[in-house]
Amino acid sequence: MANEITAEEINKHDATLLKDIDDALANCMKCGNCQAGCPIYRETRKEFSVARGKISLMQAILSGKLEITKEFDSMMAQCLTCKTCAANCPCGVKADELILRGRHATIKARGLNPIKKTVFSLLSNRPLFNTVLRMGGMFGWLTFKDIPDKNAVLSRLPMPGMDPNRATAPLASTPLRAEYPPVIKVDNPRYKVAFFTGCTINFMYTDMGKAVIEVLKENGHEVILPGAQHCCGTPVHVSGAFELANEMAKHNIEVFERYECDYIVGACGSCVEALLDYPKWLEDEPDWAARAQNIADKVREISQFLVETGYKTDNLGAINKTVTMHDPCHMVRGIHVTEQPREILKSIPGLNFVEMKEHDRCCGSGGSFSLAHYELSRQINDRKCENIKATNADYVCASCPSCRMHITDGIVQNKMPQVVYHPIQLLAESYKLGKQK
Amino acid sequence: MEKDQLIAEMKKIVGEENVLHSKEALYAYSYDATPGHIYMPDVVVSPGNVQEVSAIMKFANEHKIPVYPRGSGTNLSAGTAPLKGGIVLLMLRFNKILDLDLENLIAEVEVGVVVQDINDYVAPHGLIYPPDPGTVKTASLGGTICENSGGLRGLKYGITKNYVQGLEVVLANGDIIHTGGKNVKDVSGYDMTKLFTGSEGTLGIITKAYLKLVPKPEAQASMIAVFNTLEDAGNAVSDIIAAKIIPATMEILDNSSIRTVEDFMHVGLPTDAAAILLLEVDGHPVIVADEKEKVLEVLKKNNAAEVTLAKSPEHKEQLWTARRMALPCLAKLRPTTFVEDATVPRSKLTQFLKIVTKAAKDYNVTIGTFGHAGDGNMHPTIVCDLRDKEEMERVHKAMDVIFRGAVELGGTLSGEHGIGLGKLPWMELQHGKEGMNAMKAIKRALDPNLILNPGKLIGEC
Repeated sequence: MANEITAEEINKHDATLLKDIDDALANCMKCGNCQAGCPIYRETRKEFSVARGKISLMQAILSGKLEITKEFDSMMAQCLTCKTCAANCPCGVKADELILRGRHATIKARGLNPIKKTVFSLLSNRPLFNTVLRMGGMFGWLTFKDIPDKNAVLSRLPMPGMDPNRATAPLASTPLRAEYPPVIKVDNPRYKVAFFTGCTINFMYTDMGKAVIEVLKENGHEVILPGAQHCCGTPVHVSGAFELANEMAKHNIEVFERYECDYIVGACGSCVEALLDYPKWLEDEPDWAARAQNIADKVREISQFLVETGYKTDNLGAINKTVTMHDPCHMVRGIHVTEQPREILKSIPGLNFVEMKEHDRCCGSGGSFSLAHYELSRQINDRKCENIKATNADYVCASCPSCRMHITDGIVQNKMPQVVYHPIQLLAESYKLGKQK
Repeated sequence: MEKDQLIAEMKKIVGEENVLHSKEALYAYSYDATPGHIYMPDVVVSPGNVQEVSAIMKFANEHKIPVYPRGSGTNLSAGTAPLKGGIVLLMLRFNKILDLDLENLIAEVEVGVVVQDINDYVAPHGLIYPPDPGTVKTASLGGTICENSGGLRGLKYGITKNYVQGLEVVLANGDIIHTGGKNVKDVSGYDMTKLFTGSEGTLGIITKAYLKLVPKPEAQASMIAVFNTLEDAGNAVSDIIAAKIIPATMEILDNSSIRTVEDFMHVGLPTDAAAILLLEVDGHPVIVADEKEKVLEVLKKNNAAEVTLAKSPEHKEQLWTARRMALPCLAKLRPTTFVEDATVPRSKLTQFLKIVTKAAKDYNVTIGTFGHAGDGNMHPTIVCDLRDKEEMERVHKAMDVIFRGAVELGGTLSGEHGIGLGKLPWMELQHGKEGMNAMKAIKRALDPNLILNPGKLIGEC
């Protein structure tokens, strides 16, 4: 059988997939400092859970000692992309990005896993994606049962790939972007601000989106809601499906280029990070990278935008509650925005701000990670909930819908009283209360 | 023995979920923090209690299968690298602090607990566990006992062996023994506790330890001093001790380290200085105030070009950036980093630093040196690229000069990282044939089948 492919040939082929990150991998000195912060390692204490282990495995592929197998794939999947390893690496190794390269190589060598393939093919077809999620929202009451006062639901029916006891976010009966005109005019606008909603805010947490729009209006900004905007691509990019993620990036660039706006704001740390990273995603295509950079220059996270351009504080109503804040991974280590949401919360009269322990530690969500590894992500979440509990806060704020969903689940499972909001929701509420005076 | 049979036996002892044997998982346990040592084990086993460890050892001993105890795998001497295949014994399920005895100031701790977690646990009681290796946030207690780790506070507070008062150990044949205990004074029999401490996993599997705790010092005073010659810095160190002051820490950075940190951090370090000393005295506030003045006097007498006192804890952190960032910045220069720990008597510090600087020049390798000046424990840090064979030859030649130089000055190959495999070639130079034979006799007595971390510390036996 002269045509049979040998193991050696497979190894050689697999090695070529990682060739260009040989130097980046070699910079890891294997000190193991990444063990101290990795939320997954803290629970599993297995070497392949931590960045050092994953980097070593990729080096083994490069040197032909291992091949890309299902086991390798599942080890690469054990990462929340929380960037804690990269932030604390003495050698400055960006392990989170290298792990995505490992995932990318896995897809090249073995193809996408079947569930992801289905989800991603849905994501690659924007009209179908919108229809499916909209229909889901219209008939949501059939499948989900409300949890009072938490903006959360429990599934009535077994859902594929989801733990039956998990509290999740409801699909909105009407998506956010369908509730508003494409341009929300104000008299003599200070700035024209395009709003990148992201999927979770558009289809699930429309309350967060409405708060963003209300706050922008209150501060005299015209709000543009491009209807054709699509998923930012983060879930696809972190799976290593770079080619599809890049297509989604290009789509969003084209859409936002059509509007004359001064700023583009988002209310989800991960979406905002993606928009800022588009130039890097597209670096192999210089023309696109340049267009991406023009977009990126206008991008701000909502609290960042408000603090940078100034916001009204003379008409705020009192919220007599205690609030604590969780720093989503992509806010603190992705786009480095931590002070602005605090500044906004502290400016609200009556609101008592208490810092929780380990406020910048990952909640365990990791986007789709929590779907595939629910038990593990719950363990990480329980630690977050312990820290929340110790503050005796009424509210928890998080500038990320995915964290909001996951922490809400943790709070429900641990039978705690807190409610989770985006900081901007409390600001919107404060403006509203100010008008009732 | 067939690999499948070994795996099946291990699963019987610890349960299926505590045995790893996929090729990928084995690879993840083929290395530690030491560059250039990768060896595949046959199986990774995580026992959950001392009886399981005993059963594993009995089986391994009977079938002459090598066993390598492992915690976090952060050691710098290839101490946990599974050199000859066999069983990696992952001790991280031993993760409990069993007791804190405030009357005897003793903590009873399992070996898989991370050292920093011990400190966090005892801190609310106003206590500290002083050994603080650079890996304090990641290293397991077991690893630091096996390597007899030190740290920044070694000069005044001693090292791991000074705080381990008793052990639970599983011998090679599976016997479980207890050494020492809560008694401060204990001269009953050989000091087995000290024998196992620093034995690098070659004499037994440590499962639990009784740790001595000490009250947290009430006050500190920190300062940084800049010197234009190595001689002045070295003399300042000796004179401080001669003045009968024992600082909690007394760290030194050489010119190469200073320049590297400044290049990366831009914190305004004097790049033309020959050395920087960082000092901290601690204890009762009255004594601290007095010692601080005396230290300042000594520094001045020894021509310190500049001395800065820390005004607040934050200011101290700022001053100590240079020391904290020395290794990270050096590591960023090149892909591979060898952190050595050759140690000399304090009085020979200047001579030793000159040997290191000359070796770097002679063999054209990049070496930055920093370390614990107070106890003579230096960290010549060699940065290079393991993939460059020609460079590696020069690196090994430089290492040879450094180790020989340290031994000739009456020093030792390792102050705190252990011998493992990395420094094995120089062991006889330091201990002589007779010394090695005595150590080998101990090894053969306790581990006649040579299954415990074979080939390490004393080499082939």
